[in-house]
Amino acid sequence: MVDWELVRSSAWPLLQGLVLGTVPLTAASFAFGLAIAVVVALMRLSPVRLVSGVARVYVSAIRGTPLLVQLFIVFYALPSLGVTIDPWPSAILALSLNVGGYASEVVRSAILSVPRGQWEAAATVGMGYGTTLRRVVLPQASRLAVPPLSNTLISLVKDTSLVSVVTVTELFRVAQQIAAPTYEFLALYSMAAVYYWVVCALLAAVQDRLEVRLNRYVTA
Amino acid sequence: MSALLEATGLQKSFGENHVLRGVDVAVPTGGVSVLIGPSGSGKTTVLRCLNALERPEAGTVRIGGVAVDFGALPARRRAAQRAEAALRAQSGMVFQSHHLFPHRTVLENLLEGPVVVQGRPREEVRAEALALLERVGLAGREDSLPSQLSGGQQQRVGIARALAIRPQVVLFDEPTSSLDPELVGEVLAVMRDLADGGTTMVVVTHEIRFAQQVADEVLFLDGGVVVERGPAAQVIADPREERTRRFLRRLLEPL
Ligand SMILES: Nc1ncnc2c1ncn2[C@@H]1O[C@H](COP(=O)(O)OP(=O)(O)OP(=O)(O)O)[C@@H](O)[C@H]1O
Ligand SMILES: [Mg+2]
Repeated sequence: MVDWELVRSSAWPLLQGLVLGTVPLTAASFAFGLAIAVVVALMRLSPVRLVSGVARVYVSAIRGTPLLVQLFIVFYALPSLGVTIDPWPSAILALSLNVGGYASEVVRSAILSVPRGQWEAAATVGMGYGTTLRRVVLPQASRLAVPPLSNTLISLVKDTSLVSVVTVTELFRVAQQIAAPTYEFLALYSMAAVYYWVVCALLAAVQDRLEVRLNRYVTA
Repeated sequence: MSALLEATGLQKSFGENHVLRGVDVAVPTGGVSVLIGPSGSGKTTVLRCLNALERPEAGTVRIGGVAVDFGALPARRRAAQRAEAALRAQSGMVFQSHHLFPHRTVLENLLEGPVVVQGRPREEVRAEALALLERVGLAGREDSLPSQLSGGQQQRVGIARALAIRPQVVLFDEPTSSLDPELVGEVLAVMRDLADGGTTMVVVTHEIRFAQQVADEVLFLDGGVVVERGPAAQVIADPREERTRRFLRRLLEPL
């Protein structure tokens, strides 16, 4: 039934797809996405109506449309406007924008749950807005944001499989490429699933340890 | 001699609620003014106006050579904020619930202002901060996190943090009100020591004995105005105003 020889010989190419495709895609998109999220969260908290309005529309659009559609728009629509970009950067752009939209809500509520007194105490020792964010608010907000953000990261790992449709070589596309000529779809896709699962399980374990570490200062 | 801290005509509303209706405060260098009054009379709001955490609609605040006329703030947001920040830098604030930075050690809490904001040399500030901790009775606790301290210790760190920025005036907002009764004394002792050492202070408190022993001037605030002011011996021991008398009676004989 199962072509064990094919499974054995596919293990390495799939691992390459994971390490050279999925992992860097995830890492880059998560890093850019977080940066976008912090900016968008701060925009949404701005007292200037126009600024918070722009951020609100952005978040609504990202959350209200399928990632696959966002990916196609970035990949196909931009060239039609004269902006041509390679599959890799366009995949990272689309994923980052998506992560940024979702994570901004997490970051925003984490910032809001830092007590007002912390902002005021920072002001009384002379801090301005930027210093207060950097030294007082974001460090405390990050502790609150770790559990939900790890969920975002884990979703992102799986979502990167979508970029196979815009010809970026990552784990799932490698599986498709091996499966197509051999018709061993079930075996290859099952293998890919196991690879994703292992990565996500590892991340979940890291998340647990990080939470313990970040909770250090609140438990007496 | 002119006062070190001088506030005149402070007016502050929250929506329809006219909380301050023209409050004046003047404290000479080394003086201790104690603000008393019923809950909701505007005591906290006065302190917050003195260091521009709150923006009154009208009135002026001057500390040393830095003055802000809140009725005539610059129109540009940034310029107004700069003026307020300059005033704020002249005073230290001790909050009722301390608001220490929970993710930083005791020492780091003290260094944030002088090192991170003021950019003073770390080693110099560190030595000064350790001396401050010793002064508030917390020598050796510099590496603790706030959560590892008792309420009274936390509040004493709060006082040390307020002093660390080398303010001209220290503002205290009911610093012992959220403490267990047995911890109140240690915080009041530190405040008394500061007062004896010549620190200029404005203190909101319900500790009448502290006011009697430490205050140079007591202000009784009610309904957003200073109803009565004068030496503790007069305002507390022999108040002229009926409202002051009633408030003190209720405070001293709650049953
Ligand atoms: N940020 C705010 N927004 C709306 N109303 C406020 C705000 N801060 C204070 N107030 C109102 O202003 C009034 C005076 O409040 P303030 O805190 O100055 O009183 P207080 O004398 O310090 O009282 P307490 O002894 O209870 O601390 C109260 O009616 C309060 O509800
Ligand atoms: Mg108050």
